[in-house]
Amino acid sequence: MADELMPRSDEFGLAKSDAAKAPITNHERSSLGKQLLGFWVTFKTMFKKVNTVQYPEVKEPTAERFHGRHQLNRHPDGLEKCIGCELCAWACPADAIYVEGADNKEGEQFSPGERYGKVYQINYLRCIFCGLCIEACPTRALTMTNEYELADDTRAKLIFEKDDLLGPLRAGMVPPPHPMYPNTDDGNYYRGEVTGSHPSQGIAKND
Amino acid sequence: MTNAELISQDPGWIIALKGVIIFAACVFLTIMSVWGERRIVARMQQRSGPNRVGKFGLLQALVDGVKLALKEDLIPKAADRIVFVLAPIISTTTCFMAFAVIPLTGEVNFFGYKTAMQLTDLSVGVLYVLAIASVGVYGIVLAGWSSGSTYPLLGGLRSSAQVISYEVAMGLSLVAVFIYSGSMSTSEIVAAQDRWWYAVVLFPSFIIYAISMVGETNRAPFDLAEAEGELVGGFHTEYSSLKFALFFLSEYVNIIAVSALATTLFLGGYRALPGLGFTEQWLGGWFTLVWFFVKVLAFFFVFVWLRGTLPRLRYDQFMKFGWKVLIPFSLAWIMIVSTLRVMSQRQSSTFLLVAFIFSVTFIYIGITSLMDRAKVKTDIASKITNNTEPDFPVPEIPNSRAEQLNG
Repeated sequence: MADELMPRSDEFGLAKSDAAKAPITNHERSSLGKQLLGFWVTFKTMFKKVNTVQYPEVKEPTAERFHGRHQLNRHPDGLEKCIGCELCAWACPADAIYVEGADNKEGEQFSPGERYGKVYQINYLRCIFCGLCIEACPTRALTMTNEYELADDTRAKLIFEKDDLLGPLRAGMVPPPHPMYPNTDDGNYYRGEVTGSHPSQGIAKND
Repeated sequence: MTNAELISQDPGWIIALKGVIIFAACVFLTIMSVWGERRIVARMQQRSGPNRVGKFGLLQALVDGVKLALKEDLIPKAADRIVFVLAPIISTTTCFMAFAVIPLTGEVNFFGYKTAMQLTDLSVGVLYVLAIASVGVYGIVLAGWSSGSTYPLLGGLRSSAQVISYEVAMGLSLVAVFIYSGSMSTSEIVAAQDRWWYAVVLFPSFIIYAISMVGETNRAPFDLAEAEGELVGGFHTEYSSLKFALFFLSEYVNIIAVSALATTLFLGGYRALPGLGFTEQWLGGWFTLVWFFVKVLAFFFVFVWLRGTLPRLRYDQFMKFGWKVLIPFSLAWIMIVSTLRVMSQRQSSTFLLVAFIFSVTFIYIGITSLMDRAKVKTDIASKITNNTEPDFPVPEIPNSRAEQLNG
């Protein structure tokens, strides 16, 4: 009988030790009492604490690295990290991201360096939250938040524009467009040497 | 006074009122039992179940009913329109009709009249319930057939085969009750259980009835007629809106009906639990209604418990169990019961009684040991045949495996 129930892999001598560790028990001849044990299991469970989360009223935090809605990040002085390279769009297996890059001009600087993302759309009807776009992003401009409440009633509302995705301006940030920090280039930005805005860049947000 | 005598004096308006009350009680009980089932099964799975609509979700079933009624009522093009409409009506009306003969209380004061909460008392009351249940199957079969679609047809056929085979076992399990009570009238059977419930005296019959009533009502683990994984929704796949609601209603009324019959035949009906007989006089006799429903709801709980515990049977297992286990077993049991009954009526000697019981035990042991031996033989035989080369080409058996098998 036991031979009959050996796992298939054992036929080829592949997992002999594993099979020995986890023998398959023969249930064919289990007694009626054993079968009735199941009734005790369900009966006992009735008095256990319910596992349900009363969702809209009670919200449990997600796992720390839960894949939620995307966010476009900023440098500490408020400039956008996105350089409009479209690598995220290329990485996307669901074709959910649309990016149009444009050149930063004098007096119209959105990100350090030459290029910035002019149009940035994520279609949340297509997005599968796999996070490949985050892996592809060379500047850490695109990350994911833990926000998961993404239901809406029209298709158009579920295509998030750049405004919807951009992270909030924090204290000390200057809303772009504004020039780069004086006497720096994009390299300084990427090395994390720019830690805040300079008064020459504009009026910083303070709170 | 017996229930039959009490009822026979009822004026027409009391009969009509009782009918309305029983109908309303059935519908109310159905709605509550849908809620109760969902809550209990949820607890068995560590969920909380419907708890949004009303306090504890009590109105959930009512709201679902309203939603069903407001849905579009579709009749498929391929369907036979008349039969398609008729089928849910048949299955609903029949399951309500079974309640007519169930005694819900003993003697009570009903608007100044002495009567019993029982619509009618037929001398063949239990047969009537069985007959009505059989007619109810037509609802399912016709629904499956008239849908003009494959899965409903298969579901309908399954459930008819199922109900027919389990009705045999059910009918046989009741025979012992008839033999002991000497009557087929529900109220007289209740009266005959004043000392011992038949669930105790005729325990095997009770078990057989309890199993076959689950099969009869197409409930888990015998819900093959609506096995979602195999047949979509079974016989009611093509039904929507109120017609579907009727099937839904009839399923639950059916559960309550078979539970009520089981209560009446085996658990002493509306009589109080042993030792609590004084409660039967409370509220002018109306307290017996509480006892009745406590017992019915206990059965209902078992139905839900079964659903929460057991996986669905395969069709052949199910049929095998019905025909090869339940029916032969209940036939043998009837023989034993009737012999014992005749013996006790003729006041046979204790020696004869003991001798009979011994011989039955010997025959049982003999048969089971013979069967065991036969099983061992077939096991050995199957092992031998497994190792012989078949006369058609097969892929080579891996060496290690062959060595294992040959020792």
